[in-house]
Amino acid sequence: MPPRNRVGEVAALRLERLVKTSVNGAPQWHLQPEANRTLVTLSGDWIAQQGHLPDFPESGFRDVPHGEPVEFSTDQLGKWDTSLISFLWELKRTAREDNVQLRIDTLPESARKLLDLLPEIPPTPAPLPPHKFQPVTAVGQLTLDTLDEVGCVSEMGAAAARGGFAAVVGRGMMRTVDLMSDLSAAGPAALLIVGVVNFLVGAILAFVGSVELHKFAADIYVASLVAIAMVREMSAVMTAIIMAGRTGGAYAARISTMQANEEIDALQVFGIPVSSYLILPSVLALAFTMPLLYLYGCLIGMLGGFFVSYIMLDVSPLGYFHETLQALPLDQFTFGFIKSLVFGTFIGLTSCRIGLKAGRSAADVGIAATKAVVVGIVGVIALDAVFAVIANVIGI
Amino acid sequence: MNNQMPSTDDRPVMIDVNDVTLAFGPRVIQHDVSFQVRRGSIFAVMGGSGCGKSTLLKSMIGLLRPTHGTYMVQKDNYWAGDDDSRVRIGRRFGVLFQSGALWSSMTVGENVALPMQMFTKLEPHVIRQLVELKLGLVGMLHAIDQYPSELSGGMRKRAGLARAMSLDPDILFFDEPSAGLDPITSARLDELILNLRDGLGATIIIVSHELSSLFHIADDGIFLDADQKTAIAHGSPTWLRDHCTDPTVHAFMHREQLDSSSSHGNG
Repeated sequence: MPPRNRVGEVAALRLERLVKTSVNGAPQWHLQPEANRTLVTLSGDWIAQQGHLPDFPESGFRDVPHGEPVEFSTDQLGKWDTSLISFLWELKRTAREDNVQLRIDTLPESARKLLDLLPEIPPTPAPLPPHKFQPVTAVGQLTLDTLDEVGCVSEMGAAAARGGFAAVVGRGMMRTVDLMSDLSAAGPAALLIVGVVNFLVGAILAFVGSVELHKFAADIYVASLVAIAMVREMSAVMTAIIMAGRTGGAYAARISTMQANEEIDALQVFGIPVSSYLILPSVLALAFTMPLLYLYGCLIGMLGGFFVSYIMLDVSPLGYFHETLQALPLDQFTFGFIKSLVFGTFIGLTSCRIGLKAGRSAADVGIAATKAVVVGIVGVIALDAVFAVIANVIGI
Repeated sequence: MNNQMPSTDDRPVMIDVNDVTLAFGPRVIQHDVSFQVRRGSIFAVMGGSGCGKSTLLKSMIGLLRPTHGTYMVQKDNYWAGDDDSRVRIGRRFGVLFQSGALWSSMTVGENVALPMQMFTKLEPHVIRQLVELKLGLVGMLHAIDQYPSELSGGMRKRAGLARAMSLDPDILFFDEPSAGLDPITSARLDELILNLRDGLGATIIIVSHELSSLFHIADDGIFLDADQKTAIAHGSPTWLRDHCTDPTVHAFMHREQLDSSSSHGNG
């Protein structure tokens, strides 16, 4: 290790840069031919934050006679920072291109040191990859990617199911603690928002229905309208959309943050299967709470419908109750119940998958959360359409 | 007890920390820490893991308010002023975080450019030029259009250094600059720090426990102790190694096991 007794020497350099304030003014330079040499005079304060910085033109050394050195005069140089170095670097590159001999040693030592750190060759911007519009390739790639994705999600679902069976026989890798915390986040914590939204949806249905039904003096059928709409469609879909935004987004953000912190890697190294340790409790929590939230949503929605009917229409509470029971065969509930179970599993699996697939930066966490919500909502509505077709075919 | 390096340094004082106490709620991390950093020196904050080195650094860069004491940056009392004055003083700071802390959604070039875009009125091509210069100084010009996630640890550190220098600060703070780097990369970073100090005339404060690197670059320093929760020795790492008689400091500097019976009670 070389001895480092250069405090004094270094102090002198610094004073030169920071304390010298005898010359002030804008940064300037000029080229001055002299006998046997060319002098570059630097003057003024070269401070980047003060704004204007001079450039060194590419043709700057055109008039320098061949073989004569270029020297620097820094007597009038005031304070300077890296903006001067930037100028000198440019000048050095130009000198190199024009084969001009530069006497760097006539510069202040601190500037020379910095200049020496810089690479000789100017940076060449990397060429952008050519971008061509290829519709067939794009569509093909999209299809392949989508199929691949469907395969991955199914595979993950299968792995989670295997983990579930293993858990049932008592050899699973899922911790009850995780399942409980996921259950409480997806269940009780969501009651309020699910309740509010379904109450309002029920109320809105009653409003909309009452306008038409009142014309036919069929006010009482508002009850069946609200009941059937809530139980068949609205409660399941609204609850699923809320859970996709609320819990699905949270799962994706959590798992992608774990990905960014190499926590997933650590799990894998220990041989803890991600599918049953992380994904299974999340999916189970959603698949378990979603049907319950659906039933709760139905009830609250009908309450909202009753609230509006009672205030606006000539309907007795008992009549409303009776009509609701009349309109609702039990299999309607079964249908909605199965739907919400599927929605819950779907949201859980896709959002976990999106989180696992995310990149490793802060921006990627945001992208993953957004994507989980979008895919969750669109997927729920698409699945609902599929269910509608199936229901039509089998005649429920 | 010999734990104070005799000072012959007559350079002007850049930073003066006086009786600073740092605490999280009722838990005191360090108390009554005092030291001065002179302009152009490379000042090492040393100490074992968990002694509060990084906490001290946090309070010096404005992330944690000390519960007691004054922190002067030249003539400005940093914590006494309002937010605006802290921002104004903070504009003189450049900080290299432990893992680089590069903004992951931006390329390396954009990371270095952002402070300039926010705080100066420079034209885009001038900013580009200065960004190239700063990345050139740390040898990272080739990575200007890469994202932080594509870089290795050492490259992130160097890119972080370029970003710290973005606004030409005259005080640079480095948190564990050589942690996690191989010896060659670490030595190269040390050399770079020395060159930048000489070239830019900056004052540098380093939090580290990498002995070889500290002996090489630091010319002054302070040793914080986790048990006594205060500074137990002042001086350059080499001086502390060769002359300090405090058992904790001696053990630290010589990579020895501390005999627990002698470590307490005589700081």
